[in-house]
Amino acid sequence: MKVTEKDVKYIAALSRLEISEAEMPKFTEQFNQILNYADILQKVDTTGIEPTFSILPLYNVLREDVPQEGVAHEDALKNAPAVHNDGFKVPRVIE
Amino acid sequence: MKLYESTVHELHEQLQNKQLSSVELTKAVYDRIDEVEEKIGAYVTLDKENALAQAAKVDAMIAAGETIKPLAGIPGAIKDNISTKGLRTTCSSHILDNFIPVYDAHVIANLRKDETIFLGKTNMDEFAMGSTTETSYMKKTHNAWNLDCVPGGSSGGSAAAIAAGEAIWSLGSDTGGSIRQPASFNGVVGIKPTYGRVSRYGCVAFASSLDQIGPITRDVTDAAIVLNTICGVDAHDSTSLPVDVPDFTKALRQDVKGLRIGLPKEYFGEGINAKVKEQIMLAVEKYKELGAEIVEVSLPHTEYAVITYYIIAPAEASANLARYDGVRYGYRNKEAKSAPEMTKLSRTEGFGSEVKRRIMLGTYVLSSGYYDAYYKKAMQVRTLIRKDFDEVFRKVDVLLTPTSPVVAYPLDGKMDPLAIYMLDVTTIPVNMAGLPGISIPCGFADGMPVGLQLIGKALDEETLLRAAYTFEQATEFHKAVAPLGGNK
Amino acid sequence: MKNYITVIGLEVHAELKTKTKAFCSCSTEFGAEPNTHVCPVCLGMPGALPVLNKRVVEFAIRAGLALNCDIQKFNKMDRKNYFYPDLAKNYQISQWDEPICLGGHIDIRVNGEKKRIGITRIHMEEDAGKLVHSGLTISTSDYSAVDYNRAGVPLIEIVSEPDMRSAAEARAYMEQLKAILEYTDVCDCKMQEGSLRCDANISVMPEGATEFGTRAEIKNLNSFRALERAIEYEVERQIEIVEDGGHVVQETRTWDDANGVTLSMRSKEEAHDYRYFPEPDLVPVNLDQAWIDEIKATLPELPSARKERLLAEDVPEDNADIIVASKKVADYFDAGTKATKNLKALSNWLIGDVAGFLNAEGIEIDDPEFRITPDHLGELVNLIDKGVLSSKLAKQVFAEMLKGNEAPEALVKKLGLEQVSDAGELGKLVDEVIAANPQSIADFKAGKKKALGFLVGQIMKATHGKANPGMVNKMLMEKLQ
Repeated sequence: MKVTEKDVKYIAALSRLEISEAEMPKFTEQFNQILNYADILQKVDTTGIEPTFSILPLYNVLREDVPQEGVAHEDALKNAPAVHNDGFKVPRVIE
Repeated sequence: MKLYESTVHELHEQLQNKQLSSVELTKAVYDRIDEVEEKIGAYVTLDKENALAQAAKVDAMIAAGETIKPLAGIPGAIKDNISTKGLRTTCSSHILDNFIPVYDAHVIANLRKDETIFLGKTNMDEFAMGSTTETSYMKKTHNAWNLDCVPGGSSGGSAAAIAAGEAIWSLGSDTGGSIRQPASFNGVVGIKPTYGRVSRYGCVAFASSLDQIGPITRDVTDAAIVLNTICGVDAHDSTSLPVDVPDFTKALRQDVKGLRIGLPKEYFGEGINAKVKEQIMLAVEKYKELGAEIVEVSLPHTEYAVITYYIIAPAEASANLARYDGVRYGYRNKEAKSAPEMTKLSRTEGFGSEVKRRIMLGTYVLSSGYYDAYYKKAMQVRTLIRKDFDEVFRKVDVLLTPTSPVVAYPLDGKMDPLAIYMLDVTTIPVNMAGLPGISIPCGFADGMPVGLQLIGKALDEETLLRAAYTFEQATEFHKAVAPLGGNK
Repeated sequence: MKNYITVIGLEVHAELKTKTKAFCSCSTEFGAEPNTHVCPVCLGMPGALPVLNKRVVEFAIRAGLALNCDIQKFNKMDRKNYFYPDLAKNYQISQWDEPICLGGHIDIRVNGEKKRIGITRIHMEEDAGKLVHSGLTISTSDYSAVDYNRAGVPLIEIVSEPDMRSAAEARAYMEQLKAILEYTDVCDCKMQEGSLRCDANISVMPEGATEFGTRAEIKNLNSFRALERAIEYEVERQIEIVEDGGHVVQETRTWDDANGVTLSMRSKEEAHDYRYFPEPDLVPVNLDQAWIDEIKATLPELPSARKERLLAEDVPEDNADIIVASKKVADYFDAGTKATKNLKALSNWLIGDVAGFLNAEGIEIDDPEFRITPDHLGELVNLIDKGVLSSKLAKQVFAEMLKGNEAPEALVKKLGLEQVSDAGELGKLVDEVIAANPQSIADFKAGKKKALGFLVGQIMKATHGKANPGMVNKMLMEKLQ
């Protein structure tokens, strides 16, 4: 068993998610299934193999330092669930 | 033949010659949507008023004597993970249920320049995570060949729309097969271009190093036409390639004489449904008849592709989906007393289980203590998978495989996530290597369409199109019309 | 009671003075209305993608060269993942294991002693937005509003080796670092505005120990003074804990300036697991030596080189340190050297009377409220040297110069403050004063040296302070022998 329900709870918290008590057993089982399957990777000899950081033969894609119009203020806030003083309103930041 | 069963290239001629008006055409497609949408469920949002206004505009252009672009005035459908300014874009997720983008994706801007028409946004697996379009929060999409079957995913809505005549052309996106597999399940054409060919700016990110936008169409010619418009470097996308875009329609010649077609043995093993394999082998025979040379090859690391994908893609996704926190847009739980609680509840209530599963998987494989064993290891195996293809392409020009090991299966199947993941074995490696791949219809098994996949060298869409076009023109599969019936 | 060694390392974030943000073309101009310098990229909208600003790389190289670092040719960016409302994507694009600069140093001088402080690394990253709290502090607020104007502004993070051993050394390091960044013009270094931010990692260990103690990270240090006070407080706090047999907790603390204490910021059980991985939306940057050399050629004379130049021209070292610490002051000084050759005196005026005025007014040397030009200051020095003006009366002239833009020579004439140095005139006064004060003469001859001062004072009074005191002194002495 790669992960326990406690581990799953921790990962969920790290991801800002909550798995309900009812869903926990099934979720944990499926999670383990996938992680167990991942063991097959250990069979592959990757000595000296570079990880694929980028699949493109591209380097140095850089932009000139010239200001451009972004979005209008109204558009920036268009989908905001709550607004206060032209800012995105959120409830207290510390728990 | 009904208007809605026509192709882009046929309709373009009729429009330019004033044999048909764009308004007429667009209305005909909307009528078709009214007729069958309840059965198919391809669309999340329709944009009829704007579409008809655009159609009228194109008609005016034609009346004024202008030469119009191939896609002008021809209505198409856009997968709902592509940003369309002012038009609701949901990624089929509750968390973006009412989201209205304030900018166009690069491909949408290009398409607008060509004066095309957007019918609406199509259904998909939530955030493109899935292979059946069943993880959509909005609705289920049904396969036009058998309404009790899945349309495939994650671009199931676009593929079903084409097959059912609910759009003349469409866009999908492909991260592990999400254009090619639904295209094969619905008997239509789908292309995933070389990674970097098409700008991802405005394509809601699932897995950044794997995502590509591409066309799903009725035939290969239409796919080439759409590619012409959507390809090209974009200053907004650092991963878009600064290479020229050829006129892909020039590649549409019937000629495969001497074309070296590789059959990777790992794609023809036990996991492939026997009837599907039969159809593929018939297609291989056809290619031989047409003058191609068939070569048996091997891609030895194929068996590791699925798990490598299901480590890398969720890892990238876990970060790409972190932005959905209820702060700037999207669903927010308004009862929460603190921002951390609000973010947690908004995400928990806003995301479906498959999305949550993948986010957590991604978080896990990147976390301290597991990064080397999972993420780094997967990145190394990815290099090996790419090397396999590099090797093989020294000996052949294209590869031929089944697009999927199976045909479309019934909706509401209760498969384990892992079992579903395993069915992506034939499409995933292509994304891992960033190569172009196309699926074309090549037969039927148990009454359901079978798709044939061709994989090409990087930036060699032209050879793919030529090989696909030749097969298509030598057969009648692209002319088959879906019956929109139920289980037999 | 044991002796403890303080170990300090500083992490400094400097906002780069580029016109646009790190990954999008939004303006970085300060002071705009909330959420008006934003776009899909810095707002973290679905489908948006980053594109790296070339000038960010240029400025990072510039800063690295000025700080004696090795510029790393291969660069990649990484995602640093954590959730916070001011972080639009809930990950920050930063550099994890392949930063642009490695291994540099800054030389400092504290109490006359030189020391070299090592720099571990410098990397590029983006800033977060700003949270405006409804209450006075983050913990007393029911809600906050987020402004993303600052989100995506480019930063470089400069990490020092834990080489500092006192608050004074930390301060000296910060002063040097600030000066260097100002000189290279990559940052406007306004700590109060937040364009230069400093976090301190502090630990204590008993003298003779071989391992460093557990360190705490202190944030919210908005000035050099705050840095010093926070270090002093935190060191005491930690020593107390250790002396009591306890263990210092590794945590992040905030400096409460009003109460002069560091406070624990609520630490969560998940000590930050940032899950760094390479940024897949960007491609690596491979620097070529030609570009690095190009940038190196444009570096200005840096504070250390400038200081050497000043020392070579007989400016006292303490003065030189103060002058080069600010580019504006150093530039002012250099301009002043065109008007006078007495650099020692010029430097004294600068760090004395000029600094006194600026500090009292709370302004910088280039503020229009400070009206004395470098030329005029130089002239003032010359007038004293030539004997036209006594140093005492020069202070009066200086005060007048502060009020307007007048040249000192004109002011001296206008106020009638020319020093009287005519031997004949002075000789007459000396005779007069001797004649009028026989008692003082007697006192002086009897050995009371103070009596001479009294006589000099009388002459100064008679001339309204304009008599050349040196000459008066000399003449009196001669007459009285």
